[in-house]
Parts: sequence; structure tokens; C-alpha cells
Amino acid sequence: MERYRASVMLCGGTGCIAGGSLKVKNALDEEIKNRGLENEINAVLTGCNGFCAQGPVMTVYPDDIFYEKVTVKDIPVIVEEHFIKGKPVERLMYKEPFKKQTIPLMRDIPFFSLQVLRALRNKGLVDPEKIEEYIARDGYQAAAKALTEITPEQIINEVKKSGLRGRGGAGFPTGLKWEFCSKVKGDQKYILCNGDEGDPGAFMDRSIMEADPHVVLEGMIIGAKAIGANKGYIYVRAEYPLAVHRLQLAINQAKEYGLLGENILGAGFNLDIEIYQGAGAFVCGEETALMRSIEGKRGMPRPRPPFPAQKGLWDKPTVLNNVETYANIPQIILNGSEWYKSLGTEKSTGTKVFALSGAINNIGLIEVPMGIPLRKIIFDIGGGIPKGRKFKAVQLGGPSGGCIPEHLLDTPVTYEDIVQTGAIVGSGGMVVMNDLNCMVSVAKFFLEFTAEESCGKCPPCRIGTTVMLDMLTNITKGRGKEGDMELLQDMSRDIIATSLCGLGQTAPNPVLTTIKHFRDEYESHIKEGWCKTGVCKDLCTFYIDEKKCKACGVCKRVCPENAISGKKKVPHRIKQELCIQCRSCYEACKFDSVKIGPRSMREKLMEKTDQEALKEIQITAMAGKEE
Amino acid sequence: MPRLTVDDLKKIKEDYKSTLALREGGYRAKITVHMGTCGIAAGARKVMEALLDELNKNNVKDVIATTSGCAGLCSKEPMATVEIINEAPVKYVYLNDDKMRKIFKEHVMSGKAVEDYALVIGSETAY
Repeated sequence: MERYRASVMLCGGTGCIAGGSLKVKNALDEEIKNRGLENEINAVLTGCNGFCAQGPVMTVYPDDIFYEKVTVKDIPVIVEEHFIKGKPVERLMYKEPFKKQTIPLMRDIPFFSLQVLRALRNKGLVDPEKIEEYIARDGYQAAAKALTEITPEQIINEVKKSGLRGRGGAGFPTGLKWEFCSKVKGDQKYILCNGDEGDPGAFMDRSIMEADPHVVLEGMIIGAKAIGANKGYIYVRAEYPLAVHRLQLAINQAKEYGLLGENILGAGFNLDIEIYQGAGAFVCGEETALMRSIEGKRGMPRPRPPFPAQKGLWDKPTVLNNVETYANIPQIILNGSEWYKSLGTEKSTGTKVFALSGAINNIGLIEVPMGIPLRKIIFDIGGGIPKGRKFKAVQLGGPSGGCIPEHLLDTPVTYEDIVQTGAIVGSGGMVVMNDLNCMVSVAKFFLEFTAEESCGKCPPCRIGTTVMLDMLTNITKGRGKEGDMELLQDMSRDIIATSLCGLGQTAPNPVLTTIKHFRDEYESHIKEGWCKTGVCKDLCTFYIDEKKCKACGVCKRVCPENAISGKKKVPHRIKQELCIQCRSCYEACKFDSVKIGPRSMREKLMEKTDQEALKEIQITAMAGKEE
Repeated sequence: MPRLTVDDLKKIKEDYKSTLALREGGYRAKITVHMGTCGIAAGARKVMEALLDELNKNNVKDVIATTSGCAGLCSKEPMATVEIINEAPVKYVYLNDDKMRKIFKEHVMSGKAVEDYALVIGSETAY
């Protein structure tokens, strides 16, 4: 074994690769070689580190120094100053957004220090393409224990007692699922892994598959032993090429080492695992549709019962678990259910991985104990809302979930408590929205997604979501009618009650929760023809409050249509005939002088030729009306 | 690669212990070779090479070697600090490769500081 004095863990997750980390890795390797340090410094490309917003990111051990936004140009500096002279490069360290303070050590950065890693315990610490590094982190020890020391009943008991619930979204107790299947008699059983992550803004499973593919395999080996399966499939969408690549590599290595295939670890147990690439249909994340897809048929759900534990893939007893669920299994077997339960709440035990995205400073992947309040996730770990904007809502559970407003931010993140708000924990996507988001448009966005992804089998889902989408489109175009909200709520209830699978049963959730928590926005769209955020172009008028305007010219510069006129020291004006409602001036203005009025104002402003005369009276009257 | 047994898993884990100790922490001792411009000019690189060589030869898994910048005593370089966990760190001065090897054997492996080369026991208060 070569001895090194430092390990450089460069993030090779999809986010950082998009940011150029592969080029950085090449430059790093070359520079290390040029300086004759190849026997001293070990540079490793890891899976997703989690801090995607600052990518490409890099951690240097043993110093624990964290570098962000590393470019090829920075490499010679890092090697010279840090690796040769031992002086970490302050310029590239993390800066606290509000205090402008530099935090050199990874463990001191709140984004990392407030997390508890279990499913992600190897992220950034191992090379995902080297099975030895996984084994060095206790890898396959749990599989060894499951295959040689304990019985399938003991495995199931431990998982049951741990309280682990399916991390794909529904939250069904994993141990119970395994128990059902283990009791069914059958010559052939299957163990499946659901890596068909489809929610917009979610990347938990992809990151686990990319950062630690072996943990998925180990979880599946243990599950297979528990239920008595000897064939497994990992269903991954083809849009995740890196995950597919690393999983395949992991499978090949595991086969070579006798950790998959026949007589695993000499314990007389056989398991073969294959990857099945899905074509990216959202509905194939539903278990019965996923199984049909593996069978080579069109991915459509079928009624349950019979449940897959009795009749699943090719009508054989089957267990399907989510990637993150499997990632928790080895630790439960090694450390026991009591250890697992020590975190979380009574009914929601352990930790959960979330993908933070949207209007939040620290976009990335986090793992936190269940029961943590949403506020802590968004403001402490997530670092709050960028550019001093105001928090408006957080969308949990993707298109199946709902929006949670500010006054519910102290809700603990557990399966039971989140459901009370109308949202669901879901697979772990958290999209944060600020005051620039129009909630009607948000609901419309998610419904567009589900309407398009509906497989078409059940009319309530196929037709219902389309009709609801039409109504939402009408509302955002200024064609909303009195009673639209009630009709939307009515239809939602019907679609939920009469759809076969989870897609239809949850598709109306974003509409229901936005109506529940942001009713005033729907009302101002329908009754006043006014989208107060300026997102719905047909329902707003941009104008400048001349009393507040400092004539700085910023709005004039950003306007793509040259619709803003005004000289130095003369308050600026927006020519309504030219304005395309792009909102650039509104976002750029530092003095809050660009205002958004209802659509009706536009005509009034255009009618008057003598702008000077109208301004004072009309605009101040309108400005007073705004919230 | 042959098919693994349960014991092989433990062996691989043991083999990789030093690589992982660097990343995870959990080492017994840390040796810092001060490699500022002054240290390098005085021959710190040779000291570092000797140290890594000793670690390799003796197959020590729970000791890590690392570097830092100038220790502030440029006239006494090359310098190194040996920190055994739960013991006061010891600073060594005027080192060369042979002295490093001796420190490694006596202090790191046997727990007895080499007083002849030592400057002080203890360290400045860190920030």
C-alpha cells in the first residue's frame, strides 16, 4: 500500500462534472506529477460531495480544508501554496454569505456540520470506482454478517425493529414488506431497486448511485437473503449515465470478488444483479409500472392486490425498494435497530436525504435526522434565500407533494407531520421559492408535468389533469372565472379518489396546497387581473414610482426592449407599448421603485399622451393599492 | 483477483486503513513537517521523504504524515512537530533524514521523545 501525506477528494458528481471537475482532475494529476508529488499526494475523484452550489468542490485531508469553485487555473496555486508550502489558499475557501467570513475547515461549515450522514456516509470519502475503498469503510461486512451469521428471520426482525420506512416517498415499513415476501412460497423471487428518480429538482438517488454504488448492491444482497431471491434488477433511468456507468463498474467488481454471482463469500448464497435502463417515464417509478417496464412491456400500473410481494415481476414474488432505502440497510444490520432508532422520531426513525434546490443559497444534497424543523434545513443548512429576497414557500415531494408556506416552517420533517400540511415527505426533493414566484404558476408547472407524464390508463388522471391544467392556464392568462377555485378543488378530490396509482392520486396536491395556503394569489389573478409577482405576463403592468426613482439608469440598461426612457436626474419611465413584462427592471432596481400593477393599469397609462400630467395622480393612487 | 472470503474483507480493510485514516481522522499520531520556503530550502523535502519511507517500511497504519507552512523559527529549520494523541506535541529542530528516522523509531513507535533534537514540548495556542 502506498503511503500518502495528503488526500485530495475532488467531487466527481454530475453537478461538479458539469462545472468542469474532470478538467480540474486532469490538471491536478498533471501538476502533482510535474512537481514530483505523486507518491505523496493522492488525488481522488469522488461521488457527489453535496455542496453542489459551490462546485467544483474539493476537500484536502488530513487538514480538512474545503475549497469551492475550483478551476483549472487554480490548480498550480493550490499545489504550490498548499501542497508544497503548506499554506492553504484562502481565496478559494468557503465564505459565509451574510458575514463574509472565510471558513477554512469543512467540519466548521454549517452546511456540513449540521448534517448526520448514514445513507451518505461514504460521500466524498471514497473513490466510487474502487471496491477496496468501500470495503475499507466497513463495506460488505453487513452482507457477510447477513450471509454467514444470522438467519433471514433475524434480518427481517432487525429491519422491522429499526422502523425504517421506504425512502421512495410512500414511507411503507421496509421490514414489513420483506416479511410479506419472505412468507410467500415460490421457486423464483426477485429483488428490485428503484432508481427511477423522476421528480423535478430531486437528485438524492442519483447521488447515492454515483457516490457509493456498492452500498446499493450490499443492501440488495441483504434484502435478497432475507426474502430468498437470487435475481435482482436495478432500474435506473438512462438519463443518469454516470450512475449507470458506476453501478455497472461496481457490479463487475463485485462479481470479480465473488460478492455477487454464485456462492457469495463462500456462504452458499447466489445472487445475480443486472441494470435495467428505463426510458425516463415518470410513471415507471410506480412499482407495478416499473415491473411491467422490466418485462419489456409499456410501463403502466396495474391494480393491487395482488401486491408485488405475492405477484410482482413476471408474476413472481418480488420486493422493490428505493435506492436510499437500500443504502440504509447495511448500517442497520451492522449497528442494530436500536442504533438506527436513536435518531428521528418514534414513527419516523433515522435520517433522510434531501435535495435542496430553487431559491436557496446552498443548493445541494443533505442528510438530516428525521424530525428536524423545515426552518432549520432551509435557513441553517441551506443558508437562507439569496440576494436578500423573502422566503415564500417550499415544495416538498415534487409533483406529488405540496407547497408549505412560511407560517408552517416549524413543522418537523416526519412522515406524519408533513402530511398534515398537505404536502408529503416524498423522495426528498425540496424546492424553495421566494417572493418572485407566482404560486398559481408553480401549481401550473407541476400539473403540466403530471399531465404530460400521465400514462393514460385511467381517464380521471389522463383527462382530469389536462382539464385542470387548462383551467390554471386560463387563470394565468386572465381568463379565470369566479368559482374556478372551487371547481379545481372538486376535480382534485375526484382525481385523487378514482385514480389507480400514485401518479393520479397525488397529482392534484400542488393545486390543493397552493389554493389552501395562497388563496389570495388565486383571487387577485381571477378577480383583479393582477399577478402581483409579475410572472403571469398577461396580468401585470410594470411602472416606475417616480418619487422613489433615483434615475440611476440600471433599469434602462437591463431592459432588452429599450422601453425605458429617462436622463440623469430625471425619473425614468416605462413605455407600455414596448414593455414585454420580462421583469428585468423590477429585479434590477435597488430602490424598489419599479412596481407591478394590475393589467388594467396598462391601458390607462397608454391612453394618456401627456405623460407628465397623468403621473402624479394616477400612479400614486395605484401604488397605494399594492400590498 | 480471487473470490473473497469474510476474512479477506477484513484484510482489505486493514490494508487500506492508512489511506482512510488520513481522510477520516482516527489516527494515533500525526507528524507535521514544516515546509515553508525556509524549511524547503533547509532540506525539509528529504525529511519528508525519509518519514514516508519509514511509514511504508514499517507498515504503520495509524500514523499520518502531513505538512504545514513556516513554523516561525526559520533559523532552526528543518523542523517537525510530533503529536501523539493525548500527549503534548513535541517540536524538533535542525533535522535531517537520519534524525527523522530516529525520531520515528524512538518517539513515534516507542513513545519516547528524542530530547537531543527537541526544541520544546508544547505548542503555541492555536487560533
